Amino acid sequence: MRGWRARLLSDTPASRRDAALGRLYRGWLAFRQNRLALLGLAIVLLLVAVAAFAPWIATHDPYEQNLPQRLLPPGSAGHWLGTDEFGRDIFSRIVYGARITLLIVVLVAAIAAPIGLVVGTAAGYLGGWVDSALMRITDVFLAFPSLILALAFVAALGPGIENAIIAIALTSWPPYARLARAETLTIRGSDYIAAARMQGAGTLRILLRHVMPLCVASVIVRVTLDMAGIILTAAGLGFLGLGAQPPAAEWGAMISAGRRYVLDQWWVATFPGIAIILVSLAFNLLGDGVRDVMDPRKR
Amino acid sequence: MIRVEDLEVTFGAGRDAVRAVRGVSFAVAPGESFGLVGESGSGKSTVLRVLAGLNTRYRGVAEIGGIAAGRGDRRLPRLVQMVFQDPYGSLHPRHTVDRALSEPLEIHGIGDANARVARALEEVGLGPAFRFRYPNQLSGGQRQRVAIARALMLEPKVLLLDEPTSALDVSVQAEILNLLKRLRASHRLTILLVSHNLAVIAHMCDRLAVMNRGAIVEEMDSEALRRAAPREPYTRQLLLASRGYDRAVAAGLVTYD
Repeated sequence: MRGWRARLLSDTPASRRDAALGRLYRGWLAFRQNRLALLGLAIVLLLVAVAAFAPWIATHDPYEQNLPQRLLPPGSAGHWLGTDEFGRDIFSRIVYGARITLLIVVLVAAIAAPIGLVVGTAAGYLGGWVDSALMRITDVFLAFPSLILALAFVAALGPGIENAIIAIALTSWPPYARLARAETLTIRGSDYIAAARMQGAGTLRILLRHVMPLCVASVIVRVTLDMAGIILTAAGLGFLGLGAQPPAAEWGAMISAGRRYVLDQWWVATFPGIAIILVSLAFNLLGDGVRDVMDPRKR
Repeated sequence: MIRVEDLEVTFGAGRDAVRAVRGVSFAVAPGESFGLVGESGSGKSTVLRVLAGLNTRYRGVAEIGGIAAGRGDRRLPRLVQMVFQDPYGSLHPRHTVDRALSEPLEIHGIGDANARVARALEEVGLGPAFRFRYPNQLSGGQRQRVAIARALMLEPKVLLLDEPTSALDVSVQAEILNLLKRLRASHRLTILLVSHNLAVIAHMCDRLAVMNRGAIVEEMDSEALRRAAPREPYTRQLLLASRGYDRAVAAGLVTYD
């Protein structure tokens, strides 16, 4: 036990890998100090576990309709959270909905963050007309509220979960580009970039190996904080019928369906809503913690 | 080895234009150590940055080994390298010492990186224990040693030094200067040193030029500086000022244009 800790915290790491791992471990020690961030991390990990083991956790088939048992209140006949208007088990649907939510969050982050990073660092480092062109495109995307723009994209591409993901990704990269560009501008003039240029490093090498690693931290922080917004946008699209299509168990679409019964059968819309709030909050807390550890300005 | 002729550098344009360097000429022979001295804003660092290829907007001649600086010649990295003033800003914060030293080898496809990095660390007086540290785990003097090792990885013939000790503790300054002196001898380096510190220049250089307001006021050898026998009044004043604060000297300071 003590062996690997000493090795990770050693001031004289024995290899590049040890040095990198030691750095990560120190980050984790700092992150651990933040109780709320740990709570956020726990909920996010729970979400991942629920999504991965959905078939074993769910008590019913989320798509199986049972009309005689429709709109049962929570706690009745083995349905912990009640049933919806088709007699489907709400708990099982929320469990399966975690898969869709996670899919959306991960794919949007995986598409939007690299686009923003590449556009921003290229604009910031190359400057001149490249900068002007890329930043004007970014401005065009930033000029519209992201939900409205996502709506327009989905309307053009056709409703569906894949198109919702593409639409959300297309609307969420500009802030990352802005962030990466600002960061790059401060890095560009530094002596270590000048030293790399003197050693004959090409533009691509400088961008990939010197500039981007420094911008990644703040982009990751921003992405984590934005995940709540991504979940809400996805739920909003689902609510409007432009995201996941029935009978898919998507939390936003579930709220939308439960809206009609909200006065008499409150549980149909409430439990998916609680799931959305909980997961959004967890990502926000996690992002806060990650920022405290990774934000270069706080070091 | 280094040839600078009628070098002109202007920042800005129109009415805001600042002529940072005005018609500077000097030459440094192979193996020689040449100092550029002057107060802040005298243009000495700008001359160095032109030679380093970091400022490409200049007029006149700035050549190293017959190759024009700042024109993208691929031979220059292996001919000339530079040590920067601030060791806290010249090392990439997320690169280990090992990575900083092996990158130039990687770029130029030089093999045997492992042994070369170990040897370079040895040479600047840092043991293998420092190899996988990040810059934030090093002191200022250790960082500057890493920066010097990095500059020597490509075995350049010319080393440009931009105030290499002014950001360091007084106790560390002498160590770094002696290290540079030793490396200069063992690598047969041609050195161009920029400093505002006359003592550093006298210690390190064979010959020096005094700059004021973008132009060279006087060229002399270090022997003359040590005898305190400069010809020009500006140099005399700089020499007096460098001896520390003195009310009588401060009252008598004149602006030379």
